[in-house]
Amino acid sequence: MSTAIATKPLETTWTDICNLEQIPVAGGVNALVENTQVAIFRTRENKLFAVSNFDPFSKANVMSRGIFGSTKRDGRDVYKIASPILKNTFDLETGQSFDDLSVFLRVFNVKLEAGRVLIGVLW
Amino acid sequence: MAHQAIVVIGNGMVGHKFLESLMGSGQHFDITIINEEAHLAYDRVHLSSYFETPAPDLSLGRAADYEAWGVKVAWGKASSIDRETKNVYVGDQRFAYDILVLATGSFPFVPPVPGKDLNGVFVYRTLEDLDKIRNYSQNSKTGVVIGGGLLGLEAAGALKNLGLTAHVVEFAPRLMPVQVDEAGGKMLKRKIEDMGIGVHVAKSTECIFDTDDSGNVAGLKFADGQTLETDMVVFSAGIRPRDELARASGIEVGERGGIVINDSCRTSDPSIYAIGECALHSGRIYGLVAPGYTMARVLADVLTGGEQRFEGADLSTKLKLLGVDVASFGDSFAKTPGAEEMSFIDPIKGSYKKIVLSSDGTKLLGGVLVGDTSDYGMLVAQVQANTVLTNPAELIVPSFDGARVKAALPNSAMICSCENVSKGAIVTAIRDGASDLAGIKTATKACTGCGGCAALCKDVLNAELVAMGQIVNNYVCEHFELSRQELYDIIRVRHYQNFDQVLGHHGNGEGCEVCKPAVASILASLYEEYVLKDGLEVLQDTNDRFLANMQRDGTYSVVPRMAGGEVTPEGLIAVGSVAKKYGLYTKLTGGQRVDMFGARLEQLPFIWQELIAAGFESGHAYGKALRTVKSCVGSTWCRYGVQDSTAMAVLLENRYKGLRAPHKLKSAVSGCTRECAEAQSKDFGIIATERGYNLFVCGNGGMKPRHADLFASDLDDETLIRYIDRFLMFYIRTADRLQRTSVWLEKMPGGIEYLRQVIVKDSLGICAELEADMEKHVQNYQCEWAATLENPEKMATFKHFVNSDLQDDNIVFVKDRDQHRPIYDFERLEALPMLNIANN
Repeated sequence: MSTAIATKPLETTWTDICNLEQIPVAGGVNALVENTQVAIFRTRENKLFAVSNFDPFSKANVMSRGIFGSTKRDGRDVYKIASPILKNTFDLETGQSFDDLSVFLRVFNVKLEAGRVLIGVLW
Repeated sequence: MAHQAIVVIGNGMVGHKFLESLMGSGQHFDITIINEEAHLAYDRVHLSSYFETPAPDLSLGRAADYEAWGVKVAWGKASSIDRETKNVYVGDQRFAYDILVLATGSFPFVPPVPGKDLNGVFVYRTLEDLDKIRNYSQNSKTGVVIGGGLLGLEAAGALKNLGLTAHVVEFAPRLMPVQVDEAGGKMLKRKIEDMGIGVHVAKSTECIFDTDDSGNVAGLKFADGQTLETDMVVFSAGIRPRDELARASGIEVGERGGIVINDSCRTSDPSIYAIGECALHSGRIYGLVAPGYTMARVLADVLTGGEQRFEGADLSTKLKLLGVDVASFGDSFAKTPGAEEMSFIDPIKGSYKKIVLSSDGTKLLGGVLVGDTSDYGMLVAQVQANTVLTNPAELIVPSFDGARVKAALPNSAMICSCENVSKGAIVTAIRDGASDLAGIKTATKACTGCGGCAALCKDVLNAELVAMGQIVNNYVCEHFELSRQELYDIIRVRHYQNFDQVLGHHGNGEGCEVCKPAVASILASLYEEYVLKDGLEVLQDTNDRFLANMQRDGTYSVVPRMAGGEVTPEGLIAVGSVAKKYGLYTKLTGGQRVDMFGARLEQLPFIWQELIAAGFESGHAYGKALRTVKSCVGSTWCRYGVQDSTAMAVLLENRYKGLRAPHKLKSAVSGCTRECAEAQSKDFGIIATERGYNLFVCGNGGMKPRHADLFASDLDDETLIRYIDRFLMFYIRTADRLQRTSVWLEKMPGGIEYLRQVIVKDSLGICAELEADMEKHVQNYQCEWAATLENPEKMATFKHFVNSDLQDDNIVFVKDRDQHRPIYDFERLEALPMLNIANN
């Protein structure tokens, strides 16, 4: 039977990662956040995305080294990332694979504050 | 309201599938399973892999799932059924049921051969059987399997895996007599024998004997008087349904065994059902898992008020037995009156294909495939669709145009049998806008199961696009309505310098993994710029981005250039020292140089620092660029050489190194007509003659080999180089993305003669331009690694984390022969000793 249950509401913990300039435009970097590898991407308009760096298809930590791009879905451009290993592509907003809709990359909160990039993990 | 009580006797694969299907229905039942084995359900189909190291997890039923489903498990053997009071007994425990499901399976048949009770005689059915076989095998050298069917061959493979000399003995005159005909059996026998397993067909075993009354198996004696010595015997001579419980409680069973069921899987008692190998449907027992699964799904549907029915099953099978592809489908033995057979045997490739046709030869009824089952899906689809054939021979005779037959399939033909997707559904998806395989997958789910229908899906796609009158365009991708050649011309004429300019003026969206590397390659070809320049680096394909070849675990391999395959002893020692220091796996490439594997991203700059200090430069093994110019030693050492082929190879490799192209480029120079450097399999190959060199172009090895065409003969050095300059630049200007020279030439209107006009006669008047472009390349060449080491900003990107100096802990190596390799995923579960590789 259930015993003690946490009463504190879940909170997002923010971790400071790097300067915005350290992320190449239309490219990505990999960050270590609480033992988790997070791939962060920067668009040409300085919008940021953060997803798990682990490619579920090749099972290697490589997503940040993939090619950033977009694809048209239902008439609108969706940002995507292609794994460098087998070129599987994922929706950067939802983390969903375009090749196998049942496969997802974990999505992380990301924000820009005073030129610094922060990753938020919900605990 | 109390839920209906369902008791399931047996927890094999079919029993498990029944539970799974029932859980999927969303309705609630009070379920108890009675399981006499020591494990919950496991995958019996892959039983033989139990002996592999590491042994895979075969379990299907997991205690946690059953608990979550609210399924109770009674461990033990059901002893009787009281149909009056609706109770099942396990010893003195009683289980009341509203519905009883018999999923008792089968037991292995052991023929009454004298000696069958000696020590060392086993059957092959459960994990317990396998444990016993393994234990006994430790003191055995030889093992014989009696029974050459599907399971028997699996068992023989398992014995071989245990390190025994394995034999298969079959009573029938061929292996797999149920599925395969005589000629197929012959081919199969040859393939099994090639694996080192002894095959003895048409052998009737008279007895199993021991020596000196030891009670231990010593051999077999056959009816023809011959003997076969062995330490152990495994029976795999067929199965018999476990119908004894049903029989004892008065439920109707077949004359030769099996619990009689109707199309709803119901037995003669309306509260009792039977599924799987214990069930007899229309006089037939199904010993395969697929029909059992179908019964399980049908019964789950029936019990939840559905109207599915089991109407027999197609026994078409396709399987890989000990690595040999075997398939049979439809009326494989030509039992249909008047049926005709047609076969094609390829003894070189070791394949056998037989098709069974209607008497007039217009309908495909069935067939047998051994050694090559790649057409299985297409053939089964033809049978199901009842296609009218005009030239049935083309179904089995190898052709150069596989698309032709498949396009003729009717819309009802099943393309993806995992997801039940017909050709019609795929065609509809294409008409609704799916224009590539990914689109078809999303729209229809085809090709998302086993993936075996991918080729078929693509053929349907291409045929359909052509049929729709749609020009199958050669646009680079969704972001540019331009071919690569058009992109090249636009960039050259407008002098665009970066991707944003090209995208802004001629494209849409953000670009992607297809157009970005294509544009990057064009910019590199045109301007010879540093590939990691800001703004260009994010366009590059993975390998170009970090100037090394990414491997499956995210580590890289490193290849220094050894032009012409020439390397000094000092150079070899330097390469060896680097590999040793950084713990790299080393292997020689087909292009006459050394490849070093397993370098972490952060190690690459250090490795290159040392290689460059030792006099090496980038080998561009990572680029769509010139790889190597292979050579033989030629006249410098060889008795037969007529020119200095090594010197020419070194000269050419140094001239064209770093040249970015639509695809990789390979070359070779042979010193005489014996052609030891294999120049005719290269994009450009040179063979020395008494008077100079013969130039061959557009050859290819690899996936689709093509012999190069002789382009010009007896050229002097200067003319040779001029022609190659022009040839390469013309290719770079006009080829499609990722199109090798061989395909480029095949698609070129006018072919080799047109190419000669352009390159030799300058019919387009562009040769001066082509030569100038090449001269610019030669002048501007720089070693990308030397440039990178001098650029601190770029050096900083060779780190696994932007915010930490730690390494990727997911990279793990294990020892393999005398070196190491990345761990396989399934090995991570095992407690394997990990290797400590130097990683400074």
